[in-house]
Amino acid sequence: MYVRKHPQKKHCNGQKCATWYFPVSSCWCGKQSSRHHACILLGKVAVRSRDQACDIKGGGETTWDSIGKNEGAAGFHCAVCGCVREGDLPGLLKIGLFSGFCRDQVLRITAKDEGQLALLKELAGMEHLELDVWREPTDLSTPVDIRVPNIHLQTVKAFLEAEDIQYYIMIEDLQVMLDEEQEQMLKAARTAAPRTTDDFDYSNYHTIDQIYAFQDMLVAENPSLVSKVVIGQSYERRPLTVLKFSTGGTNKPGIWIDTGIHSREWVTQASGTWFAKKIVTDYGRDTALTSILNKMDIFLEVMTNPDGFAYTQTSNRMWRKTRKPNPGSSCVGTDPNRNWDAGFGGPGASSSPCSETYRGPSAHSESEVKSIVDFVTSHGKLKSFVSIHSYSQMLLYPYGYTKTPCKDQNELHNLAKKAITDLASLYGTSYRYGSIINTIYQASGGTIDWTYNQGIKYSYTFELRDTGRYGFILPANQIIPTARETWLALMAIMKHTSDNTM
Amino acid sequence: METGELNPNYYPARRAAAVVQHYLNTRYGSPYRWMFLGNVHNASSEDVTEGRKYQLELTIQEMISNVSGPCSAELLFPGAGTPQVQASCDWLLPNNTRAQEEAFYQQHRDSHNLVSGDRIPDSYGHMEPTMKPFWHLGGVASSFIMLEQSNQSTLYNMAQVANFTQLETEKDQLRFQYHVLLHEMVSQEIIHWKMLITWSPAEGVKVLQTDLQPKCNCEDPPDSIN
Repeated sequence: MYVRKHPQKKHCNGQKCATWYFPVSSCWCGKQSSRHHACILLGKVAVRSRDQACDIKGGGETTWDSIGKNEGAAGFHCAVCGCVREGDLPGLLKIGLFSGFCRDQVLRITAKDEGQLALLKELAGMEHLELDVWREPTDLSTPVDIRVPNIHLQTVKAFLEAEDIQYYIMIEDLQVMLDEEQEQMLKAARTAAPRTTDDFDYSNYHTIDQIYAFQDMLVAENPSLVSKVVIGQSYERRPLTVLKFSTGGTNKPGIWIDTGIHSREWVTQASGTWFAKKIVTDYGRDTALTSILNKMDIFLEVMTNPDGFAYTQTSNRMWRKTRKPNPGSSCVGTDPNRNWDAGFGGPGASSSPCSETYRGPSAHSESEVKSIVDFVTSHGKLKSFVSIHSYSQMLLYPYGYTKTPCKDQNELHNLAKKAITDLASLYGTSYRYGSIINTIYQASGGTIDWTYNQGIKYSYTFELRDTGRYGFILPANQIIPTARETWLALMAIMKHTSDNTM
Repeated sequence: METGELNPNYYPARRAAAVVQHYLNTRYGSPYRWMFLGNVHNASSEDVTEGRKYQLELTIQEMISNVSGPCSAELLFPGAGTPQVQASCDWLLPNNTRAQEEAFYQQHRDSHNLVSGDRIPDSYGHMEPTMKPFWHLGGVASSFIMLEQSNQSTLYNMAQVANFTQLETEKDQLRFQYHVLLHEMVSQEIIHWKMLITWSPAEGVKVLQTDLQPKCNCEDPPDSIN
């Protein structure tokens, strides 16, 4: 989760926030709304337009008080501590009238002995200070994070300094930080899962279940264009699902795209979901894509290594391989991009199970690989195969296992040049291109070397953004730009494939 | 190994150029100055008695100010040991970051406000704005290790700052303990290093101690933000 959650106290000044969610501690900043004001009553808040009175039902004996209607200037106003209903929250934040964390700070405090730890626990218990503990004082090795309302900052800091308790200001102005993350937070506040693929948040990373659900939704929404093909099971028995985009007919030639074969390369699975949506959106609207689909089917496997992907989410963000144990070794997993039967056993892969480039006990030993092999073989008419990785910003063609140029080198090289030129046209992102062995390194047992040797001429591997600054942990706000620019390169490849297929 | 002119887009030139990037970070890097490799324009190499020598013309990008400029460099990969680099990038003058560096230095100099952080960036590529300079500093400090560890069969990047802790300021230098994850592209390994580093605007980044961590075939602790 990318948003720092608001402290979710379930009560405010002794009153429980039942359906009223989200306690706010009293102050708001600045912006005057010319059109709205907030009505408050003993901890409840509602937004009304300025020409409306605050006579809201259910107020009890006490009248609703209006904040902001008559205020002349923007600035601080401290109201009562309130619980805010989840549904009102976006509106309140949007009008800028009601925020609640202005100039509050979050302090990270490190106790150096038991005595200080006890003092901190005492401090946290002092109700009049309205402290909001984000991370509890437990033991000496873990720092304590506490949100301190602006009005009590001086008191708290003076206390800490007098007791010589080390702290630093982790968040200088919580409201500023929240404003920055506001959109993310609003999305998180609407906790319901997306009901349609139009609601799906393409600009964020998702869990395995969310992506499986997305695939099912896409099929349900586009039954005449999209179907789901289960090509096998992962080691941990997760379904290996492929989305088939087809305008019907039998025995049509096909194009294959896979993402996520290396699980830590998160921008690839995220881009895969975007590509899936793009195809259904553009079919019937974009001439080039429509004509490709009229002639050929597109197969898209978004989570090519679901076990690895699950592991990156629960245990190790940097996991690359499959999750199949290796007998006789404590090391788990095989590199699925060294497990193909092309130069298998040669230099460019490791024979050690503990290595990130372990080739596996034998070619196609991994079910994640074998499923694709079987699919490709039985399909028999794939004309293009694109396997997507990150990072480095490169477009690569065979071979990785040998320096011998592949026989279609010239054509593949020229097509790669066109593809990356189209890619760059969107945001200026610069890609290098060439054969795997020249451009990046020698690698044996690689996917596209095998697919090329099966006769699938337009076999390419992408390495998406970036070039090392963020590497595998690319910020979510780069997902859509990456997917959009990569799509242009994919279209170039698919168009050329289609134009050169009978 | 090819000798003479190299294709600037292929890996031999790129690996050599990455070493120049690491070198420049050790010389000029700071919490507000962190260099990355742009394009390689020209490259050539030849065998010499001491090892293999490269000549490079490349573009370097300074990430924070977003300024790029040309550099020329000569680098020697000896038979064993640290590559030796000479580089000139006339445009990399240490003036424009002075104010930010001073402010940052003053802010963190007093030891009653010791900073720490972990998972920078987090799994989603996110970090608190106040953590950014510590990310840059981790990257620059990692360059010392990456420079030392580089050879013609490696390509290093810092993948993540696993954690860092500020220690007491000593001799006017800010001091930190860092645990970083380096990504080595050819082996695809994630390599853990701990380091003790110092920094001040006057002295720049210095790495006092480095400690290679054993490869752990185990789980990370769960994400603290969820």
